[in-house]
Amino acid sequence: MKKSYKIEVDCANCANLMEEAARKTEGVKDCVVSFMTLKMKVEFEEGVDAAAVMKAVRDNCKKVEDDCEIYL
Amino acid sequence: MNKKQKNLLTRIVIAAVFFVPLYLISEGIVPLSLPAPALYALFLIPYLTVGYDILRKAALGIRNRNVFDECFLMTVATAGAIALGELGEGVAVMLLYQVGELFQSIAVGRSRRSITDLMDIRPDYANLETEDGGMERVDPDEVETGSIIVVQPGEKIPIDGVVVEGASTLNTSALTGESAPREAGVDDTVLSGCINLSGVLRVRTTAEFDESTASKILDLVENAASRKSRSENFISRFARVYTPFVCYAALALALLPPLFCTIAGIGSGMALWRDWLLRACTFLVISCPCALVISIPLSFFAGLGGASSQGILVKGSNYLETLSQVTAVAFDKTGTITKGNFEVTAVHHSPIDEAKLLEYAALAECHSSHPISLSLQRAYGREIDRSRVSDVEEISGHGICATVDGVKVAVGNEKLMNRLGVPFQHCHHVGTIIHAAVNGEYAGHIVISDELKSHAREAVAALKRAGVRRAVMLTGDARSVAEQVARDVGLTDCRAELLPQDKVSCVEELLAENAGRGKLAFVGDGINDAPVLSRADIGIAMGALGSDAAIEAADVVLMDDDPLKIAKAIRISRKCLGIVRQNIAFALGVKAVCLVLSALGLANMWVAIAADVGVMILAVLNAIRCLFVKHL
Repeated sequence: MKKSYKIEVDCANCANLMEEAARKTEGVKDCVVSFMTLKMKVEFEEGVDAAAVMKAVRDNCKKVEDDCEIYL
Repeated sequence: MNKKQKNLLTRIVIAAVFFVPLYLISEGIVPLSLPAPALYALFLIPYLTVGYDILRKAALGIRNRNVFDECFLMTVATAGAIALGELGEGVAVMLLYQVGELFQSIAVGRSRRSITDLMDIRPDYANLETEDGGMERVDPDEVETGSIIVVQPGEKIPIDGVVVEGASTLNTSALTGESAPREAGVDDTVLSGCINLSGVLRVRTTAEFDESTASKILDLVENAASRKSRSENFISRFARVYTPFVCYAALALALLPPLFCTIAGIGSGMALWRDWLLRACTFLVISCPCALVISIPLSFFAGLGGASSQGILVKGSNYLETLSQVTAVAFDKTGTITKGNFEVTAVHHSPIDEAKLLEYAALAECHSSHPISLSLQRAYGREIDRSRVSDVEEISGHGICATVDGVKVAVGNEKLMNRLGVPFQHCHHVGTIIHAAVNGEYAGHIVISDELKSHAREAVAALKRAGVRRAVMLTGDARSVAEQVARDVGLTDCRAELLPQDKVSCVEELLAENAGRGKLAFVGDGINDAPVLSRADIGIAMGALGSDAAIEAADVVLMDDDPLKIAKAIRISRKCLGIVRQNIAFALGVKAVCLVLSALGLANMWVAIAADVGVMILAVLNAIRCLFVKHL
């Protein structure tokens, strides 16, 4: 399952950090953050609850880049 | 400016208003003496106003065990300077650091907007025609394939389809970067993302929104971020090692020399310790890696965006990097160098009127949908009245015999003429030759050949200028045709009569020859050459509008079919990589010099600020140049 979320982030490197953090989150198979379009595309593992995983993704992203925001 | 930026600007202004008079007082320029604790307290106002979020981030970083980042460096350096009594300098560093941050944030916002404006192809709605003939505005997602949609002038075409009624001109610039408008009439295919300029069009959709061109392109652009270039990976690895390294180096600078001096008995006392601690703080400010960490990804971001605005979609910054190293290019012929549509180019040795001969040939072939027959019908150019044709006999591998207007007509290749016993003239022209016999008499032959694209010759020359040493044409076509085309466009190397699998082995051969001397690009139209596109170092698909296979297989997608864009793509990538290198060299160079100076005590805080914020602003400005590629 793939979903796309709107994000808010200030610098291209921060977007890369977010992507890395999201990929390491449990339940996330793959993630792409586009700084150009300010979108985060998340591919989830089979049978996980996307909403719960995204909460964890958001927390992890906030850890690496406090200023970022993911609109769930 | 968005809310965040306005907020930061306000904080900077407030802090500056407090800071300037305080600095003048502390430096003794304004003769007003304040007790030291009061001055401290007053300086904390601008410091905290402008820097509280940096302090907070540094604290959060420590809590989350991501200690070493820019915020940490800044916090330690400024807090250290303030604690050592260098109030003015400490606050100034924080203030100017934030000015730099604000500046880069605005610059990034601007460049993002200019890219998204150019790539503004996502339609917001579709006008669905209802059964009673009315019109309903719906989400493009909800339109089913085969529905009729209405596109008014000024609107974006939301979904790919075929025009069923109306005629108009379309602006395709968002898709192709090409500003000349394109005509569209009944039965023409129109692509989503184009803007309807003049007339109302009724369009029968041929795809769902998700499968439409606009969605696919947006998808591609959004996914381009996933493939990182080596430079970007280098910077993120570099930052991970570099930041802790400079922190420890600063610590060593603060502790070791004074300790050594004290033990060696060269000097001692508070002044010595203070001096070295201050040097360490200066060292930290200089070493902040922001300039690199921000400008390198920004360069690629701007480079990809600039390329998209020219109708060149690069699937990731790693491909931009590979593209910049291309020294050899292999072309497919049909669809890349030539248009891939066959045209009647000459009629020879015809005893009857040429137009009459074409008419006979077109009518005789009117039941066939073979590309050759279609080109005959196009050359005839008028409505074909099939009732004039009777007794059609198709002789496989030879041609067609038919009766047209009561006259016996035979059109086909040399074998057909031999079979009918008609003596014929050989043709020395290159292309497909159609001989014709009317009433058993030889009536001349028609030459049909593929046309060169108008820019094919210039494109090859442009590639050579762009530093491509080797250009080879690969084709499945006959040798004579291939050689003629190669000569026409100025290519010296061509391999003809290749089957698709031969093309792969040809590319492998070229790869081996070119190894160590740069990268090999293959340019094709995506039809039959997907394996070759993926085998080459970098696959470039052209004229990809509407061709899914090409978009899938290629690393670089040229939206229109102008071969000049190949050289342009290479030039854009070279410019972008050049800027990346400039930024790396410039930032590291300036920092290295300043770091040494600060360790020797020759650089004060102001030099440090220039080396940090100044370098960052220059690097960001330089990175944004990647966006300007229109006249490259």
